Amino acid sequence: MSTVITSPDVIPEAPPRGNHTSGKVRTCATTGLSVCLDAQRFIKLNAVFAVVFLALGGIAALMLGLTRWPAVHLLPADWYYRLLTFHGLNMLIFWILFMEVAILYFAATSLLNSRLASAKVAWVSFGMMAVGAVMVDAVVLMGLGDVMMTSYVPLMAHPLFYLGIILVAVGTLIAVGNFFATIYIAKRDRTYVGSVPLVVFGATAAAIIAVVTLLHGAVVMIPTFTWSLGWTGPPDPAWYRIVWWGLGHQSQQVNVCAMVSVWYLLGHVTTGAKPLNEAVCRSAFVLYILFINLASAHHLLVDPGVSAGWKIWNTSYAMYLAVLASMIHGFTVPASIEVAMRGKGHIRGLFGWLAKAPWKNPGFSAMFLSLVIFGFLGGITGVTLGTQQINILAHNTLRIPGHFHTTVVGGTSLAFMGLAYYVIPLIFRKDFYWKGMARWQPYLFAIGITVMALGMSFAGSYGVPRRHWDVEFSGAAQAAGFGSGAHLMLGIMGVGSVLAFVGLISFVLLAVAAVFFGKPIEGKMPSWGEAPVVAAAKPAVPAGAHDDHKAPGTMALVIILLVSFVVYYFANWKALSDVWHVR
Amino acid sequence: MSIQAPEAGWFRPPSGGERTWMGLALVWCLVMSAMMPFWHFKGQQNSTGESYTVEPVKFIERVERFVASNKVGEDKGIPIVEPAPGGDAYLLGRMWSWYPILKLKQGQTYRLHISSSDLQHGFSLQPVNMNFQVLPGYDHVLTLTPTMKGDYQVICNEFCGIGHHLMTGRIIVE
Repeated sequence: MSTVITSPDVIPEAPPRGNHTSGKVRTCATTGLSVCLDAQRFIKLNAVFAVVFLALGGIAALMLGLTRWPAVHLLPADWYYRLLTFHGLNMLIFWILFMEVAILYFAATSLLNSRLASAKVAWVSFGMMAVGAVMVDAVVLMGLGDVMMTSYVPLMAHPLFYLGIILVAVGTLIAVGNFFATIYIAKRDRTYVGSVPLVVFGATAAAIIAVVTLLHGAVVMIPTFTWSLGWTGPPDPAWYRIVWWGLGHQSQQVNVCAMVSVWYLLGHVTTGAKPLNEAVCRSAFVLYILFINLASAHHLLVDPGVSAGWKIWNTSYAMYLAVLASMIHGFTVPASIEVAMRGKGHIRGLFGWLAKAPWKNPGFSAMFLSLVIFGFLGGITGVTLGTQQINILAHNTLRIPGHFHTTVVGGTSLAFMGLAYYVIPLIFRKDFYWKGMARWQPYLFAIGITVMALGMSFAGSYGVPRRHWDVEFSGAAQAAGFGSGAHLMLGIMGVGSVLAFVGLISFVLLAVAAVFFGKPIEGKMPSWGEAPVVAAAKPAVPAGAHDDHKAPGTMALVIILLVSFVVYYFANWKALSDVWHVR
Repeated sequence: MSIQAPEAGWFRPPSGGERTWMGLALVWCLVMSAMMPFWHFKGQQNSTGESYTVEPVKFIERVERFVASNKVGEDKGIPIVEPAPGGDAYLLGRMWSWYPILKLKQGQTYRLHISSSDLQHGFSLQPVNMNFQVLPGYDHVLTLTPTMKGDYQVICNEFCGIGHHLMTGRIIVE
């Protein structure tokens, strides 16, 4: 028997191979990717829990929308504040974090052809997150934690409230550790060649920011927990705000990173798009890692205890490099889709590629609507409201939730819904029922959340506060209230919230029906309809010739974005110049 | 490709439309960065964050002294207080009212000290719509010049417990 002796310098040219344990891997019939069965189990578990929290938070959202709609004013005051706390925690923390853990496990295993580093660690992480989240929800519903998601000291909740949040944070941190360990063993076992794919790169950026975020959470929550037990004195409220926003704001940047990664993923899956310039896309993610944490300061722009210099430095010189990163992604994602569509022969005019895009595919429509809502509404309002002086007009008004419902809901949540239309057939291998409903669900949700957020933003421009049960102030020592304009906007907000809720609950129904009762998929997943190739299409431009790729339609879109941005930004400076003088 | 390893030699400088857009976006970011320091020196509305640590008990004492020496009237049992133009004024946020009622003169500048004796509150002047954070233990000083006459409401826009939506106050400008 002869053996082939391989010299060491040949090894680097060996093809990549997986590191899977036999019997713990399958090959996806649709994508050809290998799927680690351990990872698959935890992707499923985390995704199912995520959708449960989404449904809970969504029911609370409907109640809140119907309470702040003055003509309805549904809930009594105590339940309004209770469900507001509940809604914030379930949506902004639990739904998003569980979903992100699922995305991290997917990116590190299937996309790198690797096994999950440790199933045991994944169990520990999942157990802590699930117990913590259920504990927090129970404490809040029992009325022992009416402190809002931010739980600003010296407002105090039951100790189990803080303990639950600590469990969720540490559990997530452990999952992130498992993600890094998986990246490490993939690299060690050479399961892939060259650089990691862009989506993995983006997920890694999200994971790095998550570590910094969750450490802030530990620093702020542990002394608050011990204070609630009576063991230590109260944390300083200004200190609490600075460190808490290191958690509260940065966790939203984890969402942005994850969402942008999902944009790239869905853009590729639905239209075959690929990044025009990998270096540009990756650099933009690096800008997020380096600069996004400073943006936490924009919650403290009208606070005592921090100086004007501190506020300006943190908002502008560093934060705007993170804004730049979002503006770059806002170009590269649609540009890659445009180039892919033109490559398929859709070359008519400036926007022929966009008109022929697979709008009936919920993965595509959710992704593109998410991109538009995030850019035009969330991005522009966020940067403007986060301008140091303009914040005087907006702090704690409804303009703030008006802004973040277009980033984290119209942006991140909608993108994650789009992702679910692929995760369920590919990972759960279950087919959807009611595909017609699935095709219009992203539109309904997008329209609802947009109407709701516009109502909020305009009501906030009249000064209507956020987190407030009664804009009539009935029973207050001194009369206060708002005019008919503000009431009209609150009504529009109410209508939007009902529409958005119908969109959300449709998604939950579709997902639950498919996961638990769907027909198992053998072989390839049924197509949602990808972008067709025109018969007379010119041959695709050969690889390596990306520089010739032109995206004039995208350029037109981003110029419209920039003009809107400039107009909105300076209109706010004008509004500011009309108020009382203050320094 | 987004989900596959990039081709070798992927590290290239930006070109074409991407490069143009990055340039435009960078210029816009720099304009926005310049606006804030510019307004700090040339604009009339800035949040400087001037503040001093203060024990809530001590702050309440100061408010009471301010009320005793400057009281000019009463509305439903709440004192109306008129500080000297150019002087110091005090406003206490507490569960659930702003105390006392202030009477200011248009065009005069006041050093308005705001703090809380219990939880965090949000000073929200309506319908002008100016908003500042109020923390217990911090004397937040706003150097404020009312530019318009009228009867203004102060509401609370930071959640401060079950009576949060009842927390109101009043500033009269003559």
